[in-house]
Amino acid sequence: MSEINLNTYAENTWCKGCGNFGILTAAQEAIKKLVAEGYPLEKIAIASGIGCSSKIVDYINVNSFYSIHGRVPPTVTGIKLANKDLSVIGFTGDGDGYGEGLAHIIMSAKRNIDVTMVIHNNRVYGLTTGQFTPTSPTNFPGKSTPRGSVEHPLNPLELMLAAGATFVARGYSGKTDQLANLIVEGVKHKGFAFIDVLQPCFTFFNTYQFYNKKVYELEGHDASDLEAARTRAREWNYDMEAEKIPIGLFYRVERPSYDEQVLRGLILAEERKRSDIPAFIESRI
Amino acid sequence: MEDFTILIGGKAGDGIRQIGGLVAGLLGKLGYHVFFWDDYPSLIRGGHNFSLIRACRCMIQANTSDVDLIVALNEDTINNHKWRLKPKGKVVYDADAFEAEGTGMKFTSIVKDAGGKPIMRNTAAFATIGKMLGLEWSVLEELVNTSFKKETETNLAIARAAYEQAGDATLNIETGPAEPLPLMTGNEAIALGAVAAGLDLYIAYPMTPSTSILHFLAAHEEELGVVTYHPENEIAAAVTAIGGAYAGARTMVGSAGGGFALMAESVSLAAQSEAPVVFVVSQRPGPSTGVPTYTTQGDLNFVLSAGHGEFLRFVVAPGDVNEAYELTALAMNMAWEYQIPAFVLTDKCLSESTYCFETDGPEAKEVRKQDGLLWDGKGEYKRYLDTKNGVSPLAFPGRAGAIVKGTSYEHDEAGITTELPEAITAMQDKRMKKRPELIEDVKNLEAVKTYGKADSDVALLTWGSTKGACVEVAEKLGLKVVQPVILEPFPTEALKSALKGARKTIGVEVNVTGCLSDLASCHGIEVHEKILKYDGRHFTVDELQKRVEGVMK
Repeated sequence: MSEINLNTYAENTWCKGCGNFGILTAAQEAIKKLVAEGYPLEKIAIASGIGCSSKIVDYINVNSFYSIHGRVPPTVTGIKLANKDLSVIGFTGDGDGYGEGLAHIIMSAKRNIDVTMVIHNNRVYGLTTGQFTPTSPTNFPGKSTPRGSVEHPLNPLELMLAAGATFVARGYSGKTDQLANLIVEGVKHKGFAFIDVLQPCFTFFNTYQFYNKKVYELEGHDASDLEAARTRAREWNYDMEAEKIPIGLFYRVERPSYDEQVLRGLILAEERKRSDIPAFIESRI
Repeated sequence: MEDFTILIGGKAGDGIRQIGGLVAGLLGKLGYHVFFWDDYPSLIRGGHNFSLIRACRCMIQANTSDVDLIVALNEDTINNHKWRLKPKGKVVYDADAFEAEGTGMKFTSIVKDAGGKPIMRNTAAFATIGKMLGLEWSVLEELVNTSFKKETETNLAIARAAYEQAGDATLNIETGPAEPLPLMTGNEAIALGAVAAGLDLYIAYPMTPSTSILHFLAAHEEELGVVTYHPENEIAAAVTAIGGAYAGARTMVGSAGGGFALMAESVSLAAQSEAPVVFVVSQRPGPSTGVPTYTTQGDLNFVLSAGHGEFLRFVVAPGDVNEAYELTALAMNMAWEYQIPAFVLTDKCLSESTYCFETDGPEAKEVRKQDGLLWDGKGEYKRYLDTKNGVSPLAFPGRAGAIVKGTSYEHDEAGITTELPEAITAMQDKRMKKRPELIEDVKNLEAVKTYGKADSDVALLTWGSTKGACVEVAEKLGLKVVQPVILEPFPTEALKSALKGARKTIGVEVNVTGCLSDLASCHGIEVHEKILKYDGRHFTVDELQKRVEGVMK
């Protein structure tokens, strides 16, 4: 595995101690595992939005599209519809994915497009220097809410289960092996795979100790049981009063993916026999 | 009768558009040139809908205000339109529903007796029109058979009863042999032009008057070998199109001004990432929701300037279905040749009206997909390789040996983010380097069309669907018409040359300020008068003629 070099020459500009390093390690590890299992490297494409999380595409030497804020789900959808043979992974942050682009992620889960979405959820805006996000805890004292945010956090796992996601998981940037495995499983899953990744922001919301203390791996959980998945997702509501925070695969079900149902087997990006349009027009007389 | 107009009116839900389409199709089969304006308010039931179908033995792309026959399924139709009736014009109405002057037909009773639904009054009206056009029953029978897939027997019984009841009513039209022409709406022509130039994926969120592109392509997906996708909103539509183009599929999106406003960030993304995407914008009166089902030419400046940052774009504005077909294909090919966003600017009048498509011109036959510059597979692939003309060879994810990195950030040749001053300058220059070649290309294309009397010293400067009425008025008054069909890069020299000899240039547009006239002025072209209309309706020939005569005095 080690012969593939997935690093680029781009200078890494994440803060020292940033949780994104763990996600980068896991993502590269996941790609190496997939290649070892026979996925051609050139048929892997990744995409990201805007924010600290999204710099990841500059740091992985693989096909990528560095998109715009909130728009990773439609970006990866376009890539997948153009070439269904590609394995497509989107990386986005919580501000990006749950704030700016929430509608896209819900609708992508609902339509079950065969892509994997990894959400770097540090529960704060990093690149814009520390404002509350949809998953920040209640009373979060961000720069735009100096007296504390009065909003309650969104539980993205519950939301994705409600939206009909066919693969719902949670990882932690401090547990890179487990996260790499979740990404591999997400890519192998034929349908929309959602992975919320808990990630400390060393500079604006340092949650290392909190997560190290609370996080545990799901065991004895039946991932085919939707009700059980909902119950486990509700164990933590993304506030700070957590007893324990489960990570792992919460839910997985097989459903026909959007792309396999609408593409009629076509690889749109490849040359194929075209219809005779002048003849089609003549036939309309 | 060489040139006549039929108006069919009723309320929404009466099937007015359907019968308008049938009558237009029938006239097309008889070899007439047809212009069919579908007038409907933004509602599903009630209101007043009418189909106005003009047929002529010679080429027409507009209608006149007056009509030869009114077919009224409700009283409003007569009240709203009797002013249009020519001195010898005829009125046919549903005598079971209301009283009026003219030929009363028992449409409601006919439908009732046949056990049909109320909407089938339109079948009775269609058969009546067929009779008045002098058609044999067998011709109508076949049309009803092929047009009404559901409850065909009931529709046939209704048509037959109406045909007999209509007696010897006639419009006295000549139905001698003539080559039939295919009919097409502007939106259908846009869709087909895109497919001819290799469209793979059409993505749109419904918005009048662009919606029928989506409907048409979705209905013919397999025949045309394309895929359509209706996502959650216009933002998703445009970004998906960019993702698809990055991965090698030819993509197009369509909307009206309001939906296109949501796509503005994507226009900019397409420019920075050099993703070739075609945006169709079909204009309706604004600002904001405005008047959803009527027409305007008010979004020219918006389309020319949408998207933050400075970048190249290619904009075409067709004025009829042949132009819609050819120019959409051109937009697609230019987008891929230069890896820039391209725009097809249309309007409700062109998008939803039905015209005849000329199949024998050389242009229509030459439309085909032209490949962009592809990577030769040698050396290390760089998505944004700085080349002599600024165009970087294309490779797509999946290609062995290439790592394809597209991006919204300023970047180096490999697509890695950069903030270095010299790298920023180099990349801005690289993208702008395409401009001279693009301008040169436009010079070699028919960017400006002219019609009418070539040596006239009065020229009508117009664009888009307004061209149809201008050409007819110009022919009557001995004027010249000048119509730019490529609006960016602006064909300044071609326009100047087309207007050479014109002592007076009159801008004719369906908008409030005269967008094209002002744009031409910015390029040093003097427009002496503006004839503008902004009531949501297109110019009729007679109305425009009066306005032109007014400013020529």
